[in-house]
Amino acid sequence: MQESTAHQVAANATSSFTEHLQRDRPELLPYNGGLQAAASGTVPLQVPHATTIVAMSYAGGVLMAGDRRATMGNVIASRHIEKVFPADRYSVLGIAGTAGIAIDLTRLFQVELEHYEKIEGTLLSLEGKANRLGAMIRGNLPLAMQGLAVVPLFAGFDTSAGVGRLFSYDVTGGRYEEHEHHTVGSGSVFARGALKKLWRPDLSEAEAVSVAVEALFDAADDDSATGGPDTVRKLWPVVYTVDRAGARRVAENVLAAAAVTVIEARTTAGREA
Amino acid sequence: MTQQFYVSPEQLMKDRADFARKGIARGRSVAVISCADGIALVAENPSPSLHKIGEIYDKIAFAAVGKYNEFESLRQAGVRYADVRGYSYDREDVTARGLASVYAQSLGAVFTAEQKPFEVELAVAEVGPTQAEDHLYRLTFDGSIADEHQFVVMGGQADKVSAAIEEGWRSSLSFADALHLAMGALVPAAETGEQPKALPAKAVEVAVLDRSSETSRGSRRAFRRLDDADITALLA
Repeated sequence: MQESTAHQVAANATSSFTEHLQRDRPELLPYNGGLQAAASGTVPLQVPHATTIVAMSYAGGVLMAGDRRATMGNVIASRHIEKVFPADRYSVLGIAGTAGIAIDLTRLFQVELEHYEKIEGTLLSLEGKANRLGAMIRGNLPLAMQGLAVVPLFAGFDTSAGVGRLFSYDVTGGRYEEHEHHTVGSGSVFARGALKKLWRPDLSEAEAVSVAVEALFDAADDDSATGGPDTVRKLWPVVYTVDRAGARRVAENVLAAAAVTVIEARTTAGREA
Repeated sequence: MTQQFYVSPEQLMKDRADFARKGIARGRSVAVISCADGIALVAENPSPSLHKIGEIYDKIAFAAVGKYNEFESLRQAGVRYADVRGYSYDREDVTARGLASVYAQSLGAVFTAEQKPFEVELAVAEVGPTQAEDHLYRLTFDGSIADEHQFVVMGGQADKVSAAIEEGWRSSLSFADALHLAMGALVPAAETGEQPKALPAKAVEVAVLDRSSETSRGSRRAFRRLDDADITALLA
């Protein structure tokens, strides 16, 4: 009797919010519930998709930027969507893929990190955070097989090593550490091409912001699902930087200036492609 | 066959209450003080890692006296309750009142149904935009819940500490003033003929709920644990 009680207590002691939900409230998990049956039809579901995310390292930290467009087939589902989020004080994540699931996964991941911090009284290591995110993406694999995939990009400052680090994922939850820069989403090929020419080691923070805005501009130029800077509605990409002091959102006026500079330079050059 | 002795319900409840009270009276005291800057939580606790004060949610903190394993399991249950609620509804739907009522029900159930009652006393504090909107709840081992104002004191020397804080409490206290007040009140009773010694920073655990964490720190999480250096700086 006593042994079984002790065993039960040990088995119930979890610092993970996801494990707690899995056990007590599985219906609250974004990848459980009715979606699976709904998605198993022959016609692929028409749902909003989030598109391009770019991330890169710079002197003293990492930066992540995302455009503002979500598409549903050939229709623009949203011009305002935000796809880059702070995960906790020292990390950010960007999401590409099925927007509805991705936004819930992001919320779950944010609670997961905060929950661990509150229960354990200490922050999870950056590797630990990256692994938890991988496990969540794997949890979504059945839905990904039916076309509702979510592919995140994770960046954070490793406080013990004192460097910014980048992690990419595949739909099976595979986690890969990236160096220098990386892109995900439908416009990622074009953004990556731009980064190859624009990125160099030890960019300053301000230069890294301009490089990110320009890479997204190039992605939007060739990928219809990626939104470029919108000077009519004053919509600029969402950009976060993470350094030793933590994660910060780059101010709208800085992004507006960077976007206008890119547009002016391209207008002056007046080239076709 | 063993003989079952009859014990009247009154006697049973009284015995349980006495048992719990004795356990709590052995512990050191904790003070939770509402002040102009927010809410200060001060516990006499020499351990730097086994906390009596904890963060529950954005604006909500927890303080406890009694048996560590019992209040730690309640703290973790509170964090789970708050996180599930905030995740399934919205962050602003998590309130100290809801949490305190769940704690009251659990403590009440344990008091009547289990082999022994929990030997703990809890305080749940929620910081509001103004001092009038601060909430302080005190929960006792039998599930009783009380809505307190200004401050809550729990633990062994509660009456003495409470009297000392009542004397010095004003609504305009800053965190530094509140800490001074609590440290003065928590000083252990001196041996006859000796001067009472002031508590060193190492002997206390201090945390605060910042009233203006959004503007001052850019964080919706108001809870902040102070380390020895912070405490010394505040007391200087």
